[in-house]
Amino acid sequence: MTASTVSPLSPPRHAWFWASFTLAWREVVRFLRQRSRVTGAIGQPILFWILFGAGLSGSFQFGGGSGTNGMTFQEYFLPGVAVMIILFTSIFSSISVIQDRNEGFLQGVLVAPVPRSSIVVGKVLGGTALALLQGFLFILAAPLLHYVGLAPPISLEFTTTGILGSIFFLTGIAIGLTALGYLFAWKIDSVQGYHAVMSLVLLPMWLLSGAFFPGTGSLWLSWLIRLNPLTYGVAGLRRVISRPSADLSSLPPMWLCITVTVAFALLMLVLDVWITRKDKTVK
Amino acid sequence: MPAVVVDHVAHHYGERQALAGVSFDVQAGEVFGLLGPNGSGKTTLFRLLSTLMPIQSGRVEIGGRDASQQPDGVRQLIGVTFQSPSLDGKLTVQENLKHQGHLYGLSGRALKARCQEVMALLNVTDRASQYAETLSGGLKRRVEIAKCLLHSPQILLLDEPSTGLDPGARHDLWNALESLQRNQGVTVLVTTHLMEEAERCHRLALLDSGNLIALGKPDELRELVGGDSLTIQADQPDVLAQELSGRFGLSAQRIGNALRLEHERGYELITEIATQLPGTFRSMTLGKPTLEDVFIKLTGHQLEVVAPEPANKKKH
Repeated sequence: MTASTVSPLSPPRHAWFWASFTLAWREVVRFLRQRSRVTGAIGQPILFWILFGAGLSGSFQFGGGSGTNGMTFQEYFLPGVAVMIILFTSIFSSISVIQDRNEGFLQGVLVAPVPRSSIVVGKVLGGTALALLQGFLFILAAPLLHYVGLAPPISLEFTTTGILGSIFFLTGIAIGLTALGYLFAWKIDSVQGYHAVMSLVLLPMWLLSGAFFPGTGSLWLSWLIRLNPLTYGVAGLRRVISRPSADLSSLPPMWLCITVTVAFALLMLVLDVWITRKDKTVK
Repeated sequence: MPAVVVDHVAHHYGERQALAGVSFDVQAGEVFGLLGPNGSGKTTLFRLLSTLMPIQSGRVEIGGRDASQQPDGVRQLIGVTFQSPSLDGKLTVQENLKHQGHLYGLSGRALKARCQEVMALLNVTDRASQYAETLSGGLKRRVEIAKCLLHSPQILLLDEPSTGLDPGARHDLWNALESLQRNQGVTVLVTTHLMEEAERCHRLALLDSGNLIALGKPDELRELVGGDSLTIQADQPDVLAQELSGRFGLSAQRIGNALRLEHERGYELITEIATQLPGTFRSMTLGKPTLEDVFIKLTGHQLEVVAPEPANKKKH
């Protein structure tokens, strides 16, 4: 008997959309139900911002010293902390790839008639939505810390372009980082192993993105920073939220920031889909 | 048309051969068991049937669809439960079902109705809003099965479904499976290494070291062992085995500290051994042959190699 004689079951309608949507939604619900994750992902960066800001403010110079064009360290560090929040959120959501695999959830998805790419898209978009939400809330809320005495006055540009621009860059960075985390998590079978990648790859990547320090003083450091794709996301974000008077001439130009951020995010997504499709013995 | 066709399926992991050309059919609406010890190849076969691994050689057809050519077609027909639970502990029972439904293209009111149906079927409706991680092992397994029934699969594949369940939960689970098979005409295929589960299957395939060593109804398989089955526990089984062969001309199989033999009239033999060789044994058990006896006869070793139970996973 051939396959053609079997009464055809119609394939699930909009399979790709439903699968991606449901997996992304699950990601968001799971995250919000684990309070420790929420606090870890947003609390630590804010703490860093306050402490480093207070500790380093005196010895920091960027954009023409302490004159009108200069920035305080807190101002400089603010987009960096937003990116750190995104980094932590995407790390947490890609760690769940390992858990899903070890706990069998992923197997349940793999035996369903869903396109493999929707597994990637669901995971990455879920992580991105969370990261974007937290990063954006931080940017809006951080200047308020001034009023409780934890930060100096912050002058940011909250114009429509500024807000849309920051959403654009936060989204691009979040997709790129979550997809990068997925790539590692797919290949690593333990959460402990992932922690090693986190300390050796992901955190240095953040550190060398101009998020924490400009790094213009050293040649090799400035090259590392220039080669890091995250640098362009951070710079782009810095450009859209800084006040117009700030001197940002040492940052890469806007067109380059946009190009690299979008290209990196797309490349990582494509690699994720490729690695997921290629893996035929998913445990 | 058979629900499942397995035709000369072989599988290798690198050098190691896991399946050496296995063939059998599963009829629609039957409860079929793959019985074998750990490492017999049954889990490999299970993964091939559930489209989780590419078929290296041979052919697998499910509901008339070729598993390597139409994996998504096969996936619509099968409902799969694995040994490791696939429920998301951070979601409620209902949410788990909802997400699963979306994966199969169900949504909205139709999905809601279907969730209610499968929860009622597996008797878990009262747990709908409980987090999956708070359920007991037996309940989890039932929700797991409810979950894989959502898209009304024709064929249910279950990998060691009673692993980690207490006897009561095991009993409930099998009642649920049997009622699905009877009332909905679902074909059920289970892998197991437990006698008790195997006895409840309509037909069994016995696997050992990647080979199919027997296929048939439990009764037919038991007939492969003639007469009665006698098991003798002894402190010195080798000495006793020599005695038995010297005095009675019997050849016994040694399994650990026990000797096992088949005899037309076991009830006569047992008195003879007891009177003629007193003190050489600790206990003698006479019975009708079990599937375990069949397995031992065919392979020379036991079925239920006591495997360490997977340690309960810590919560993350």
